[in-house]
Amino acid sequence: MPENSIATAQVDISQHSFRAFMRRLFALTRKEVRQLLRDKSNLSIGLLLPVILMLIFGYGLSLDVKNAPIAVVMDDASPTAMEAVVGLQLSPFLSPLMLTSMQEAEAMMLAREVDGIVRVPSSYSRDLAAGHASIQVIVHGAEASRASIILNYLTATLAQQGSRSADRLGGISQGGLGYINVESRLWFNESNTSTWYLVPGLIVLIITLVGAFLTALVMAREWERGTFEALFVTPVKPVEILLAKIIPYFCVGIIGLAMCLCTARFLFGVPMEGSLIILLFASVLYLLVALGIGLLISSVTKNQFMASQVSLLVSLLPVFMLSGFMFDLRNVPMAINIIGHLFPATHFMSLIKTLMLAGNVWPQIILECSILIAYAVLFISLARVVTRKRLD
Amino acid sequence: MFALLFALLHRILILCRKELLAILKDPSSRIVLIMPVFIQSFLFGYAATYDLTNAPYAVLDQSRSAVSTELIAKLESSGVFHRVANLTSEHEIAEAIDSGEALLVLQFGATFEEDLYAGKAADLQVILDARNSNSAGSAAAYINAIVGTFNQDWRRDHGGGEPALNIQARSWYNPNLETRWFFMPSMIASLAFLQTLMLTALSVAREREQGTFDQLLVTPMSPTEIMIGKAVPPIMIGLVQSTIVMLVTLHWFKVPMAGSFVTLYLGLIFFMISSVGVGLAISALSANMQQAMLYAFMLIMPLMLLSGLATPVRNMPMPIQILTYANPLRFAIDLIQRVYLEGVSLLTVWHDLVPLFVIAALTLPWAAWLFRHRLV
Amino acid sequence: MNTAGSAVQIEGLHKQFLDKESGRKIVALRDINLAIPAGTISAFVGPDGAGKTTLLRLMAGLLRADTGSVEVLGVDARRDPQQIQDRISYMPQRFGLYEDLSVQENLDLYADLHGVAAQDRVKRYARLMEMTGLAKFTARPAGKLSGGMKQKLGLACTLVRSPELLLLDEPTVGVDPLSRVELWEIVEQLRQDEHLTVIISTAYLDEAERCAQVYVLHEGEVLAHGTPQALSDHARGRCFMALQQSRQPSRVLQAKLLDNTDMIIDAVPQGGDVRFILNEHTQSDAPALQEVLDGARVEAVKPRLEDGFMVLMRAKLHQDKAAVEASLAAAASLSNSSANAQGPASDTSDEVMIEVRDLVRKFGDFIAVNSTSFAVKRGEIFGLLGPNGAGKTTTFRMLCGLLPATSGFLQVAGVNLRTARADARRRIGYVSQKFSLYGNLSVMENLEFFGGAYGLRGKRLRQRIATVTEQFELHGLERTPSGHLPGGFKQRLAMAVGLLHEPDILFLDEPTSGTDPLARREFWRRITALANTGVTIIITTHFLDEAEYCDRIVIQDAGELKALGTPREVWVQAGHSASSPLNMEKAFIDIVNQARQAAARSEQEVAHA
Repeated sequence: MPENSIATAQVDISQHSFRAFMRRLFALTRKEVRQLLRDKSNLSIGLLLPVILMLIFGYGLSLDVKNAPIAVVMDDASPTAMEAVVGLQLSPFLSPLMLTSMQEAEAMMLAREVDGIVRVPSSYSRDLAAGHASIQVIVHGAEASRASIILNYLTATLAQQGSRSADRLGGISQGGLGYINVESRLWFNESNTSTWYLVPGLIVLIITLVGAFLTALVMAREWERGTFEALFVTPVKPVEILLAKIIPYFCVGIIGLAMCLCTARFLFGVPMEGSLIILLFASVLYLLVALGIGLLISSVTKNQFMASQVSLLVSLLPVFMLSGFMFDLRNVPMAINIIGHLFPATHFMSLIKTLMLAGNVWPQIILECSILIAYAVLFISLARVVTRKRLD
Repeated sequence: MFALLFALLHRILILCRKELLAILKDPSSRIVLIMPVFIQSFLFGYAATYDLTNAPYAVLDQSRSAVSTELIAKLESSGVFHRVANLTSEHEIAEAIDSGEALLVLQFGATFEEDLYAGKAADLQVILDARNSNSAGSAAAYINAIVGTFNQDWRRDHGGGEPALNIQARSWYNPNLETRWFFMPSMIASLAFLQTLMLTALSVAREREQGTFDQLLVTPMSPTEIMIGKAVPPIMIGLVQSTIVMLVTLHWFKVPMAGSFVTLYLGLIFFMISSVGVGLAISALSANMQQAMLYAFMLIMPLMLLSGLATPVRNMPMPIQILTYANPLRFAIDLIQRVYLEGVSLLTVWHDLVPLFVIAALTLPWAAWLFRHRLV
Repeated sequence: MNTAGSAVQIEGLHKQFLDKESGRKIVALRDINLAIPAGTISAFVGPDGAGKTTLLRLMAGLLRADTGSVEVLGVDARRDPQQIQDRISYMPQRFGLYEDLSVQENLDLYADLHGVAAQDRVKRYARLMEMTGLAKFTARPAGKLSGGMKQKLGLACTLVRSPELLLLDEPTVGVDPLSRVELWEIVEQLRQDEHLTVIISTAYLDEAERCAQVYVLHEGEVLAHGTPQALSDHARGRCFMALQQSRQPSRVLQAKLLDNTDMIIDAVPQGGDVRFILNEHTQSDAPALQEVLDGARVEAVKPRLEDGFMVLMRAKLHQDKAAVEASLAAAASLSNSSANAQGPASDTSDEVMIEVRDLVRKFGDFIAVNSTSFAVKRGEIFGLLGPNGAGKTTTFRMLCGLLPATSGFLQVAGVNLRTARADARRRIGYVSQKFSLYGNLSVMENLEFFGGAYGLRGKRLRQRIATVTEQFELHGLERTPSGHLPGGFKQRLAMAVGLLHEPDILFLDEPTSGTDPLARREFWRRITALANTGVTIIITTHFLDEAEYCDRIVIQDAGELKALGTPREVWVQAGHSASSPLNMEKAFIDIVNQARQAAARSEQEVAHA
C-alpha cells in the first residue's frame, strides 16, 4: 500500500511538471509566433520570398535554348545554298536572321543581338557538287553551356541538310552504307526542361532559407538585445527555449513546402512519381536538420550579422553550389564532390529529385533518410548542448 | 570658396576614416569580409560548371560485336565517359538509372552489327537520366558527336569517301566553351555585390540602433556629406573584394583577360556606386539591423538570380526582362564579361553605364533625404 | 541549510573575466564572504565596476564562481542553478523586453513562465499597473515606450509573482521619483506579507537607507557593511549645514567648499543651503573654514547614509590622495579661465539663447508635448524635470533639431536647428541619454572623429583633444575601445566629445542616471564651472536634489508644462511658503500630483456634463 501511494505521488509530480512544461512551452511559443507575425521583415523572408523565388525559377530562369537568334550570311544566293539553311528555320530552338554582309553579322554578334553566325560561302553550291563544300559556324562563347548547345543544334541541322543535298547533287547513294542511328530516350523528364529539375531543388532552397537562415537570427537576436538575461532566471528550461523557437519556424517551413509542392504540381506540371508521404517525411527530416543548423549557428555566434554571414556560407551557398541543385556534382573535381556530400542538403536534393521525377527508389530512400536522421539528431543535440542558461 | 571646399572634403574624409575603422577594427568582421570571397571564388570556379566532365554509364550489349566494342572504346577515350556496369538484361536498366549509378545506358540490339554491315541503320538506344536536364542534354550531344565521327569514319573506310559538307565550327571569346570562363568574370561583380549591399544596408541601421546616428546628426555634417561618407568605404571594400576575385580568376583559373583594367575598374566603380545607393536606401528605410539585413537579403536573391548569372537574361520572359532594368548587377555582369572576355572598350559598353548611373542618381539622394526625415 | 535564516550564503568567492582584446584576466570579485538574512531587504552600493552586477548574476546562477561557494536558499548555485532560478525573481540592469510585444503580452509571458494562476493575476496586475502608470498603455508595443517606462515595465514583469528571493539590479535607473516611491511600497509590502528576501543594487543612497543591510562594494571587494545607521556613523560629528545669508545660488558656496579638499570631504546643495562633511582633522570652527564659508552660519546635522558612503569612498581613495585632488582640480579647471572663479550666476547675461513658444509635438493622436513655452538665457543651467513619458526627451530632441515640431516657435542660438544651415549646429554640444559614441573605436579615434566633424583639424584639434583629455581625465585610456570603458568613463568621454568644439549650448539628457554619488559630485562640479564660463546648459535629470544646481527648472507632466522658475519659485508654486526649507523631491511630487488630480477632476466634470 505505501509503495503504491508513493508511486501515485510520483505520477502526480510528473504530471504536474509535465503540465508546467506544457504551460511554459505554450507561453514561449506564443511569444515567438507573435514576434514572427509582427515583424514584417521576418514574414516576408519566410513567405513572400519563397513565392518570388518560385515565380523566378518557374518563369524567369531557363537553361533551355529556345528561338536562339542566329545570323545567317548568304554569300551564295543559289537555291542549293538556300536549301542548306532551310533546316534552321524549321528548328524550334533556332531563329535565323537572313543577312547579306559578314560585317553586319559580326556587329550584331558583338552587340549580343545574335548568339551565332552561319556563313555560307559564295562557292558553296559549286563546292558541294564537287564534294568538298564547307559552311562556317561561329558561336558567341561567353555563355559556354548555351553556346555549346547552340553549336550542337547548328551542326546537326546543317549536316543533315547538307548531306541530303550532297547525295542528290553528287549522286552518291547513302543506301549502300550502314550507319549508326542514335535513339535517345530521356527518362524522368521527357521534354528535358530545366524547370523540372530546378523546381524540386527550389524546395530544398526554401526549406534551408526558413530553417537555417531565418532561425540563425532568432537566438542571436535575443543575445544581442539582452532579452535572455531576464528569461533565464525563470523556471524555463533550455529545451523549452529551443522547442519554442523550432515550432513556429517549423510551421513556416511546412507552409513554404506546401506552397512549393502545389506550384510545382499545378503551375509547372512537375510530376510526382514517388510517394508524397515519403517526400513529406523526408522534407520534415531536412527541415529539422536545417532548424538544427540555424539554431546552432545562432547560439554560437550570438550576433545577428555574424550569424547571417555564417549561415549564408554553410547553408545557403552549399545549396546553390554544392548540392547538385544547378550544377551536377558529377562534373566537379573529386575533392569538391566529397565536400559537397558532407552537406545534408546534397542528400536531400538527390532524394527529392528522385522522388518527384523518378519514383520510390527504396535503397536510396533508406540511405538518404538515415543520413538526414543522423544529421537532425546531431545538429539539434549540439544546439541543445550550446544553449545553456549562462552568461559566461 | 576654396577653404569651404577643403572643409567639406576634410569632413567627408574623416567620416570615411571612421567608417573604415568601425568596420575593420573588429577581427571577426575583417574575416567575414575577406574569407568568404576567397572560399566562394574557389568554390564557384570549381563547382559552377555546366561542362560535362564525368558521365558514368552502363552498357547493355546484346550484340557482343566488334563494332560495339569499337564504339565503346571511342566513348571511353573521350575521358568524359566512364563505364560503371555491364548489364545483361533490360530489367537492369531501370535499376542502373534509378539508383543514380549511371547517367546513361547504351543499349546495342542483338542485330546491331549485322544491320550495320547490311547497309541499314543500326539502332543504338541511349537511355538518359534527365533528373538533371543539363547533364542529360550535354551527354546526349556528346554521344551524338562521337557517333557522328564514327559514321564518317565508317563511311570513308567502307568506300563512301569524304563527306561532301564540312562544317567549320568556331567559338568566339571562349574557344573551349568552358563554363568557368563565363562564370568567373561574372563573379567579379556578383561576389562583391553581395557583401557591399549587406554592409551598406547595415551601416545606417546599426547607427540608428546604437543611437550614434543622432550624435552624428547634431554635428554640422549635412546629410549629403554623411551619405558620401557612408558610401565611399563600402565602395572601397567592394573594389578590394572584386580585385581578389579577379586575381583568382586570372592567376589560379587562368582565364585570360582580353580588355583593359582601366575600363574594367571604371565599370566596377559605377556598379559599386549604384549598389551602395540601393544599400543605403534600404538602410535608411529600416528601423533596425535585423530589418535591414533581411530586406537586403530579400533583394539580393532575386537580383542575383535575374542578373544573367544563372541563366541568360534573354531566356527570360519579356516582363521579367523589363524588371531587370532596375538590377545593377545585370548591367555589371554584361559589362565585365564584355570587357574581360571580348576586350571591348568603353565606347561599346557605355550603354551599360547609363542604367547604373540612373539607379545611383535615384537611390543616393533618396537615402540622404531619408536620413533626416525618417523617424524611427 | 547550514545557516538557518540566511537566504544567501557566500564564502571565499572569487570571479575573474578574460578580456578578449588584450587576453588579460580582469578580477571582478575577490574574497567575498557574506550572509544575507532571510526576510530582509539588503542593498549593494558602490561605484561603477565595483562588481555589484557580477555578484547578483552569480546569485542568479547565470555565472559560475571561479572559487568559493554561493548558496542561495540553501541550494548550491554551481550544482543546481535551475532550482534557484525556479524559486527566485531577478531583474537585470538592462531588462530585455520583447519590443514588438505589447505591454500586456510581456507581462503575460512572464506570468505564464512563472506559473501565476489566473485568479492571482487580476489583483497583481492592477497593483503593478498602479505602480507603473502603464494602465493606459497596455496595448502599446514595449518598443514604443519611453526609456523610463521600459524600466518600469521590466520591473513589473519581475514582480508578477512573489518569489522566495528577489534580486533587483539598479531597478530605478531612469525611473522618476513618483514611481520609485510606489516601487518601494510594493517591495516593502511583499517583504512584510510574504517574508520575502530582497537584494537590490542601487546608485541611490536614499533607497539604500531604507534597507536593513547595506554592502559597500569597491573594486570587487566589500569595503564595509552594516545597517544604514552603522554606515552613516562613519560621518558622525562631521556633517554640517552652511546656512547661507546671501541670496546667491547654493551651488556657488558648494563649489567653493568642494574645492577645499584639505578640509572638506563632500559638499552638496540642499534646501537652498549647503551640506558638507569635514575630514577628521578639521574642526567646524577652524578659521580657514570660516573664511571659505564667508559668513554662512554653520549648524551640525545628523549624518545620512550618503555621508557615510562619501567618507568611506574618500578614505579608500585617500591612498592616492593626489588623484582625488587632481580630479576635483580638473573638474574645477573649466572655470579657471574665467576671471571670476567663484562665478556666480549673476554673470548670466540677458542674451536669450533658447526660445520656445507654444511648442507642440504629436505622434499620431498622442500629444507628447503640448503648447510649451520657455526661454533660456546665456550661462544658465536649465533643468527639465518630469515623470517618465512626460515629454522631456521629445522636447530635448526638438531643441536639438533631431525631431521636427508639429507646431510652435523654436529657436536655439537664433535659429531653428532643424531647418538651419549645418554650421549653426556647431554652436551646440549634445550628450544623449544612453552612450552613443562608437563603441569599437578607441577614445582617441572618437575624439578625432567628432573633432573633425565639427571642423577642427591640425594643431587646433590636437590642442582641444589635449585639453579635454586633461579636463575629463582620460589620460592613459586613449587607446581603449570606448565601448569597454567603465560607465563613469563613458559618460566623461561623452562629455568630452560634447565640449570638444567649445559650444555655446550644451544639451545633456539624463547624464547622471545610474552613476554613484562620487561621480555625480565631479560631474556637477564640471557643469557649474562650465556655466560660469558662459556656456548655457540644458539638462534633464531624475535626481531631484540635483535640481538645486540649476538656475531654473521646468516640470513637465503628460506633455504639459506644470511649473517654471528657480527651484525656490517652484517650491512656492507647489504651495509651500517661501521661507520653509526647500525639498525639491516633495515639490516635484506635489506639483505632479496636483496636476493629475486637476486633470482627473476636469475629466469627471466633462463626464458629468
